Amino acid sequence: MSIKTNHVNLFEDISDLDYLGLTKFQSLLYNIIHFFKAIPSWLINLFKQIGKIIAKFFNSIVSDIKDIGTTFVHGDFKTKISYFVMGFGSIARGQIFRGILFFLFEVIFIVYMVTTGGYWLSKYPTLGTVSSGRQYDAKLDTYVTVPGDDSFKCLFYGTITIIFIICFVYTWRTNIKQNKINEELIKNGHSLKHAKDDAKSLLDEEFHKTLLALPITGILLFTVFPILFMVLVAFTNYDGAHDGYSNLFTWVGLTNFNELFNINTGNSQLSLAFGEILSWTLIWAFFATFTNYFLGMFVAIMINKKGIKLKKFWRGVLVLTSAVPQFISLLYISKMFAANGLVNGMMLRLGIIKDLSQVIRFWETPTLARITVIVINIWIGIPYLMLITTGILMNIPEDLYESAKIDGANAVQQFFKITLPYMLFVTGPYLLTSFIGNINNFNVIYLLSTGGPINPKLLSSAGAAGDTDLLITWLFKITMGAESKYYLASVIGIMIFVVVSILSLIVYNVIPSTRNEEDYQ
Amino acid sequence: MAEKKHMGAKAKSRLSNTIIYIILVVMTIVWLIPFIFLVLESFRLETTHQVGYVIPKQWGFDNYIKLFTKTDFPIWFGNTFIIGLVVAIVQTIIVLSMSYTLSRLRFKGRKAMMNVMLVLGFFPGFLSMILLYKVLSWVGLTGSNSVPGLILVYVASSGMGYYVSKGFFDTISRSLDEAARIDGATRFQIFTKIIMPLSKPIVIYTILTAFMAPWGDFMFAKYIAHAASDGMNVAVGLQNMIGTQASLAANYTMFCAGGVIVAIPITILFMSLQKYYVEGVTGGAVKG
Repeated sequence: MSIKTNHVNLFEDISDLDYLGLTKFQSLLYNIIHFFKAIPSWLINLFKQIGKIIAKFFNSIVSDIKDIGTTFVHGDFKTKISYFVMGFGSIARGQIFRGILFFLFEVIFIVYMVTTGGYWLSKYPTLGTVSSGRQYDAKLDTYVTVPGDDSFKCLFYGTITIIFIICFVYTWRTNIKQNKINEELIKNGHSLKHAKDDAKSLLDEEFHKTLLALPITGILLFTVFPILFMVLVAFTNYDGAHDGYSNLFTWVGLTNFNELFNINTGNSQLSLAFGEILSWTLIWAFFATFTNYFLGMFVAIMINKKGIKLKKFWRGVLVLTSAVPQFISLLYISKMFAANGLVNGMMLRLGIIKDLSQVIRFWETPTLARITVIVINIWIGIPYLMLITTGILMNIPEDLYESAKIDGANAVQQFFKITLPYMLFVTGPYLLTSFIGNINNFNVIYLLSTGGPINPKLLSSAGAAGDTDLLITWLFKITMGAESKYYLASVIGIMIFVVVSILSLIVYNVIPSTRNEEDYQ
Repeated sequence: MAEKKHMGAKAKSRLSNTIIYIILVVMTIVWLIPFIFLVLESFRLETTHQVGYVIPKQWGFDNYIKLFTKTDFPIWFGNTFIIGLVVAIVQTIIVLSMSYTLSRLRFKGRKAMMNVMLVLGFFPGFLSMILLYKVLSWVGLTGSNSVPGLILVYVASSGMGYYVSKGFFDTISRSLDEAARIDGATRFQIFTKIIMPLSKPIVIYTILTAFMAPWGDFMFAKYIAHAASDGMNVAVGLQNMIGTQASLAANYTMFCAGGVIVAIPITILFMSLQKYYVEGVTGGAVKG
């Protein structure tokens, strides 16, 4: 079929009238072509946006520095002293509690930097130089272990120290701003807030600070910092052999990434394994998401259909199966499909297979194992999707179907013209979340097939991997394995991040934002 | 062809309904079969390994008795129960304050914060375990002492899972807040006296999902407990029980018994609170 039909070139922008004149296939083609055509300009926009954000950041730093200067020049002596003794201005103006906090923070910072912070900072560029070793001790007449540097601690405390310095600079800056604001307030005859007012406002104007304090602290300590740390680990050679204590590890720059992408290494095993596992991860996520989505919707439609009785029963059975903790069903089903498991046993009894030599090896045959995990995942996912879609299906206005029936649309047409567009419109963001969830679907893969069957082609410096291994199970195996290549795990973690980010960016840009959080309020 | 044309609308819908009934009956069987088999196999006494049939030749409770007397199963169950309980309480507080704030309070940096959390979620959560494991092992919260360590790990980052409950709070009319503000209520009072009483469904949903999640977690629990049997949760313990070919042959029926014991209380709890779960799940998918 030629792309140039009806005297219209699908590669060029066409008018609405021409567009309406296209056949269904052509308009689909047109949309796809223009989606890909839009990518370059879209990327340029993205980089422009990033550039703008960076420029804005530097601009604000410059204006901050200017402001720090002018505040010093125009400020009174209380403000000036506050530049060196944090909180002095606050205390002198009566905000004693606030001032003491500022001052205490400065004292703690200085004491920390002098006693330990400086030491860790000096170790940061090398991550330690002296490894612990055994040395002859003349007094004891034996060899004793002499403690050396610990690269892990150097990296850990060094990073904390840097974060602490940033916090200090920020607090110092806040302290100066505070002085400026207070000076102005006093000049205009206003009174300053005291600790009591501050405490009160934490339950009202500043209530968000109270509510967010605990959750945000948790996220900073247990998510943000660990991720930052692991990103740094990707640039080191930290693994089981270089554990940082008995053997130091150090910065290696982009070496790990070069190995993954086979740049100047001459050894392509790792990049081959990565490419293979990445593509299976995407195939898996695609099938796992969409088979569940459409089959779940299909089941919901069937149960919802007028005239079907015992609706509660059918739904109840499916919900019941999803109530059982997943690991039990996954582990049990995994054993059911084993070579000596129930499925083969039943087939033998029913005469579908004649003897043990014909046993179907679900988990030992690469393609079959892949199909089996997808099919079992359908079993796992349908009840959940059925629940989600049932609620949404009920929200579709009934009169849409009524008028469609009057126009003579049959059930199939009704599905494609009304139900599906509505569902896609409402659940678009959910599809993305569930796609990302499936990329990281550790439980289903690991508990069913443990990533197997082992594929010798996927053997690399990261260790063995199997045909159903996803990036996330591969990452798990790398960290749990004998060699514990943490640096590789970090690199793969970063790669998962990159893949998911790209997908999300595309989806957010292609699907028009359908929801506004204030729609309902 | 001619016959089909003459078939009335009634007959047609009867035909399609019959097909649907057949599909639904088959589905019901397919979905229930694994659990029926699991229960049946847990009572089998003649062999401990996998066999090609389900109905036991010798019935008895021996597998259950052995599970409670010869293995660490009671410890695993207790561990998981404690984790689930504490996580359910603390995580609910964290998630609700997070989602309430992001939904109903307006402050500087709100949008930026949500975007940062969205991007943070693109990293696989497991990645942070490498560091967390090390730090937790410094303070002695790994291996046999996994329970507090795991609670900390589950709870600390739970603020990022605010989407579903935020979607719920988004649906409560703002005019309620405004009316209360005019009457002189502080934001704290609005939260505790007005919004919370309206939010029973989402509170129960959050507690339920928070309590159930630790029962199914494998990855984090396995990494923190490593090989220490008394620090495992049920998922890791039972998987460990049938982890190798030899242990599979020796423990398979006992594993089935363990599965039944874990499934019963969770399923009862879930089914009794089903209504709230369904509400939360549907709402969450619509509002993201």
